[in-house]
Amino acid sequence: MLTSVETTVDELGFEISSETLIQSQNISLHIGGKELLSGISLNISKAEIVTVIGPNGAGKTTLLRLLLGLIPASSGSIYRKPKLRIGYLPQRAVFNPVLPLSVSRIMNLTGNYSKSQIETSLEETGVLALRDKPVSQLSGGEYQRVMLARALLRNPELLVLDEPVQGVDYMGESELYNLIGDLQKSHGCGVLMVSHNLHVVMASTDRVLCLNQHICCEGQPEDVTQHPEYLRLFGLDSGSALAIYSHQHDHKHHISGELSESTS
Amino acid sequence: MTFLDDFFWRAVIAGIGVALVAGPLGCFVVWRRMSYLGDTMAHSALLGVAVGLFLKVDLMIGVFAVALAVALLLFFFQRQKLLSNDAVLGTLSHASLAMGVLLLSLMAWVRIDLMGYLFGDILAVSLNDLYWIYGGGILILLTLLMLWRPLLAITFDKELAQAEGIPVVGVQLLFMLLVAAVIALSMKIIGILLVTSLLIIPVSAARRFSNSPEQMAIGGALIGISSILLGLWTSLHFDTPSGPSIVIAAVLFFFAAHILPFRQFKY
Repeated sequence: MLTSVETTVDELGFEISSETLIQSQNISLHIGGKELLSGISLNISKAEIVTVIGPNGAGKTTLLRLLLGLIPASSGSIYRKPKLRIGYLPQRAVFNPVLPLSVSRIMNLTGNYSKSQIETSLEETGVLALRDKPVSQLSGGEYQRVMLARALLRNPELLVLDEPVQGVDYMGESELYNLIGDLQKSHGCGVLMVSHNLHVVMASTDRVLCLNQHICCEGQPEDVTQHPEYLRLFGLDSGSALAIYSHQHDHKHHISGELSESTS
Repeated sequence: MTFLDDFFWRAVIAGIGVALVAGPLGCFVVWRRMSYLGDTMAHSALLGVAVGLFLKVDLMIGVFAVALAVALLLFFFQRQKLLSNDAVLGTLSHASLAMGVLLLSLMAWVRIDLMGYLFGDILAVSLNDLYWIYGGGILILLTLLMLWRPLLAITFDKELAQAEGIPVVGVQLLFMLLVAAVIALSMKIIGILLVTSLLIIPVSAARRFSNSPEQMAIGGALIGISSILLGLWTSLHFDTPSGPSIVIAAVLFFFAAHILPFRQFKY
């Protein structure tokens, strides 16, 4: 796949190139005799958007947690680029309204960022106006954008997004995916994201991993949607669902979501 | 010697010390939806008293040790993920309460004022207790100050905090230890059955006026102190048990804060 880049094979058998951010070899996870994930080998490189799709209970979130090192794998090994900076956006947690936190406050929960850094980041995801708002009053889309801005503050080499459009209305979904695509380009970071949304996600993705406890199939969106395993998992209709969004971009979006001048 | 010879002033000073610690710590009990955990640990205090009497050590040490043991047991069961939190808490709560009463009844040579332990007794605070409350209180507050940001991060989103390098398990265990300690320290004033009320009610009242976590912590401490003063005064003048008097005072503040038409805070 990355033929132009020199790769080295280390003693564990990882084929690491300078582009590699995370690589896993044959990782499995068993909990209480139940196999949650088995034989997962994958490679995430700089400057690509990889989307993991799969039905409920396929182990998508679990896979992210393994790759992030939040839980240990039962077997197999994981390589992470040394000192890899990861910006993580977990599945939306239920926010406790008893906790009085403003948007700008949560930006600084685990780091020390200056006011201007925080404002730049919020500006990038189009939510600067919300900086003094209580977190408990954000809408689904606003919340995800704030959390995305928060992840960007870490100047990440890899963005890990778990269901980034959760709680976002249908119109907002494609805007958010476009924003993620734009951020990936402007920051030059890799993106690993999980979705069970087939329609919109495909267009902004370089590579799709179809997961159901194991990797059923992987490849470019157009190829994956024709794969028999994919069709078996998502039904025959889903192949055509791609068409809804499989178009050439002839315009660009500003960070606010407005159209800028046409590029074609 | 001084006014510290007077039992009432000893109780007042002890109460203020306890309320100062309970405010900031109670915030996290409320934010993390742990009020029932506080209850369980508090109920275990009776077993702690029994253990303390049995081993002839200071009762605060007995209460602290048992509360900590209960917290660790809970932590263990949480990681098993086989039972829901409230089932585990219910089991531990009743188990420790029953064991406490059993142990006390077996120690026929011990005569204790059970009502005093259950509901607090302002006559019971000794000078020695004051040293414990202020020494321990300062230690608790310093530890909490150190844990403040990581605890906030974990409370906001545990997954995210862990991914961003916060030692989640360690911070949570240390927090449990602080809760156990504050329960041990406030037991004599408030009583075993009501001890978590001081952690929960004042900060819940302060929520109405808080725009940040810190405001809520300080507001909780101030309302806690006011409740202590009002409650102890009532206890002195009407000869009521100190714990319920303090709790009623706190509840009055709670209702006043949430029902009276103050200007709406935006957070």
